[in-house]
Parts: sequence; C-alpha cells; structure tokens
Amino acid sequence: MNARLLRRKVINAVMLALTGLCTAVTTSTLFVILGYLVWNGASAIDWDFFTKLPLSPGETGGGMANAIVGSFQILLLAAAVGIPVGVAAGIYLAEFNPNSVFSFLVRYTADLLNGVPSIVVGIFAWGVVVVPMKHFSALSGGLALALMLIPITVRTTEQFLKDVPVSMREGALALGASKWRAVATVVVPAARTGILTGLILGVARIAGETAPLLFTALNNQFWAKGWSAPIASLPVMIYTHAISPYEDWHRQAWAAGLVLLALVLLANIAARLILSRGANAQRS
Amino acid sequence: MSSTPESRVKTAIPAQILPQASDGVQTDLPAVKLKATGINFFYGAFQALFDVSIEFFENRITALIGPSGCGKSTFIRNLNRINETIRGARCEGEILLDGENILGIDVTQLRRRVGMVFQRPNPFPKSIFDNVAYGVKINGLARGKRALEETVEKSLRRAALWDEVKDQLHKSAYALSGGQQQRLCIARALAVDPQVLLLDEPCSALDPIATGKIEDLLFTLKDQCTIVIVTHNMQQAGRVSDYTGFFLLGRLIEFNKTGVIFRTPAQKETEDYITGRFG
Repeated sequence: MNARLLRRKVINAVMLALTGLCTAVTTSTLFVILGYLVWNGASAIDWDFFTKLPLSPGETGGGMANAIVGSFQILLLAAAVGIPVGVAAGIYLAEFNPNSVFSFLVRYTADLLNGVPSIVVGIFAWGVVVVPMKHFSALSGGLALALMLIPITVRTTEQFLKDVPVSMREGALALGASKWRAVATVVVPAARTGILTGLILGVARIAGETAPLLFTALNNQFWAKGWSAPIASLPVMIYTHAISPYEDWHRQAWAAGLVLLALVLLANIAARLILSRGANAQRS
Repeated sequence: MSSTPESRVKTAIPAQILPQASDGVQTDLPAVKLKATGINFFYGAFQALFDVSIEFFENRITALIGPSGCGKSTFIRNLNRINETIRGARCEGEILLDGENILGIDVTQLRRRVGMVFQRPNPFPKSIFDNVAYGVKINGLARGKRALEETVEKSLRRAALWDEVKDQLHKSAYALSGGQQQRLCIARALAVDPQVLLLDEPCSALDPIATGKIEDLLFTLKDQCTIVIVTHNMQQAGRVSDYTGFFLLGRLIEFNKTGVIFRTPAQKETEDYITGRFG
C-alpha cells in the first residue's frame, strides 16, 4: 500500500469518526440531561411533591403542587387566547388573502415576533398588564405566553393548510360550497392532524418559558387566589429554588426540572403519534 | 400563434349539425342547454382562449378534444366559474345557461346546477357516505336523515358504485381504488342533481377497466343531464360522445356531430389530429 492511499484512508477514517462523534454528542445531549435530572431530582419526587405546597426555607419536605397546577393554569389561558387568534390568522393567510401586501406584512411580523427575546415579551406584558393593574397576576403571565404562542400557531396553521391540495378546495367549491364553507368543512378538516400537532408542539415550547413569567405571574408559595393574583409555575419555581442556599430546595429544583421535561417530552411524543396516524389514514 | 383565419372560427358551428331533421331519422332537435359566445380567456397577460363559441345540447354528450395545452380544460372551467378562483384569471364573452347569463346567477347556485368531476379523483378526507352527502348537506337539499340516506344510495347507484361500497359506507374514501374514487366523485357530483355535468379528463388517471366503467356510466347518465367531457383520448371521444369539438392553440377549430368529425372533418388541422399526424 503506497503512502498516498494510506493517507487517504486515514483521513477518511478520521473524518468519519469526527462526524460520528458529533452525531453522538447531539443525540446523547438529551439523554445526558435526562439522566442528570433523574440523578439529582428523582430522590425528591414522591407523592408529596405532587400534592403538597412548598415549605418555608430550611424545612425539609413539602412539594410543588401549586406550581404544577399553576403552570397548567397559565398554559390554559395562553392556549385559550393564543390558539383561536393564531389559527384564525393562519386560515386568513393561507385561504383568504395569501398574496396581498397585508398578508406579506403579517407573515413577516409573525416571524419577527417569533424571534423577539422572551424577556422582552415579559417586560411588555409587565408594562401593559401588571403596571395598570398594580399587581402581578396569573392573567399577565398567561397573556405573555399567549403572545409567544400566536406567531408559532399562525405559521404552522398556514403551512399545514397550504399543504392541502388545490383539488380539494375545487372539489368543494364545485359542489356549490361558499369559500368559507369549503374552508371550514373540507380544507381545515383535511389539515387537522397537522394543525393539532403544531398546536401541541407550540404549547410544549412555551411551557418551559421562564423569562416572560418572572415579572408577570411572579411566583407564589401558596395556592393562587384567582386569575388576578400572583401564581406559581414550574419554570419560575425552578429558578427561585435553584438560586436559594438550601440543599433540599436544590433537589426540588431538579425534581421540578425533571417533571417539566417529562411533560414536554410526552407532548412531543403525542404530537408525533397523532401526525403519523393521520399520515397513515391518508395513505391507506 | 395559429394561422387559423378568423372566418374559420366564426363558422365553427356549421349548419350540418342542424340537419338532423333532414336525415329522416330524428326529427326532434335537442334544445341548447349551455351556450358560450366569443370567449376570450387570460391567465394574467397570457391569452389561453381566443373567441370560442360553442353550444351544448340538452341530454347529449359533447366531447372536447385536442392536444395538451390547447385550452379545452380551461374552457370548461369557465362554465361553472371555477376559474374565478385562480389569481389573475380573466374571462371575456358570454355564457348562457338556459338562456340566462351565468354571471347573473349566484355562483354557489350555478355550481350546484353545473357539476364538475376533475382530472384526478379528489375525494374529501371523510367517509364514503359523507363524501356523497357533502353537497346535499351544504345545499340543504335533503330533509332528515332518511332522505339523506336515500339520496346517497341513489347517487351511488347512478354512479354504479353502490354494490361495491354498500357494506363499507362509513370507511374512509381513501380506502377505495383510484377508479372507485373517481366514481365516488361522480356520485358526489350527481347527489346535488346537476343539470349539466362537466368532466375534465376523468379517466386520465385510471386503468382501461375503470375507464370502461366510467364510459358505460356516461351513457346511463345522459338521460338526466347534459354532459361535457374533456379528453385527450380520441377513441374515448368517438365511443361516448354525440358531438365533438376540436381545440387547438386556444381556438375551437371545428365542432360537429362526432361521426362527422371522425369521418369527414372539414378542417385540415382536425384531420391531422384525429389521424394521429400530430398531438
């Protein structure tokens, strides 16, 4: 074997190993994070963690029941506001006026809004909701997250509607359906699995947002007293517990991280299942 | 563009059509159901149709033939105004349905009266039953569940699909074969009881057996409606139609009884096309 051939073989092997290593790093990151969370937090997860309120600093035990419920409450509000607005705007962009200057601007704005740092969204919600109301609230946190959900929803809805073949729309129109009727009864149902998946992934993405909640929903060691009171959430709870000096709180922060990640992963898996089942139904 | 002189286009509807009476066989002239006059059609700046004038007779099958891109599909898509959904599309001229300008008819009403079947089967992602019921429901044509079921069954029977699907009405339409899907689309169009049925190359995605079934079906349907079928298959035009129009480069070159077009075409272009010299 001559030197040149040997050199080429060596380079080939090295490059292959390098790309393989990078692939392994990428895919293993998730498992390393998951493993690390389990290692540090699993011991703090017990029945109390899901059912009890946090205890005062220094006391051992207690749970994060209020933060888990609080996160769901905030997400529910964000979804209740963000999903209808986002889906309706997505339908408008895809079906009713796709080529106008206005639609171009809306699309562009949605993309920009998607890129706005979440802390900026937080300070905006603080400025327009918290300051006039004169106190922190679940409401302001939910609205801040809704603001982040809207652009994601608009674009995914639009995309999945665009993937519905033109022949489907023409089929409905040719039977005497009005434009709106065709969209509502044929086009949107045809795209429903895709839209639903997009919604789940969008909600899962905002579930972990911390910055918009820091000075809107704030935090609460107890159950929230209604929508206009401060409310606990998992991400903020992780933050406050992690920066505290108490060993037991640190373990609970890890545990909260584990619960949050598990919820997001479950949402992702559910979305994939829905999408693949929808694709199978269309194919068969 | 084509060198076809203006005069030829003007005489595209020749007198030979009318002398059915003088054949001594048939004395009753079919009524004109749809009449298009001077149709010019544009996609943006591109003109796709030039001064097309044609008449479609009641309870007759008219085939429109011609090479790909000649404008035959574009033309029938004007008859139910589905072309209006295309951005930048513009249609000039006059189209009369039973003597009434179709621009004066509410577009959803027009499309209920003038049904359409497309080139590729386009069932909705719903059950077989719901596909057929769709037009009936949105037009509010059936009163009650029972009437709806009857209409669906009748339409599937008219489309010669009932026996194949009667036990699986609530399965997805996508579970059907391509030929069955196309007959489902025909059943769906028939369910709203259209007066005219437009078929845009309905067999181009189908195998010969499925094609044969659809052709048989057309014969049984013409008692109830006026049929316009676009096809690039000349044998099909010869088999199924009573009248044939030949399109070339956006113009209607010749229109006559099918037998005349295929045996003694008046225009050189028609003869060249039907004898397979081009296209």
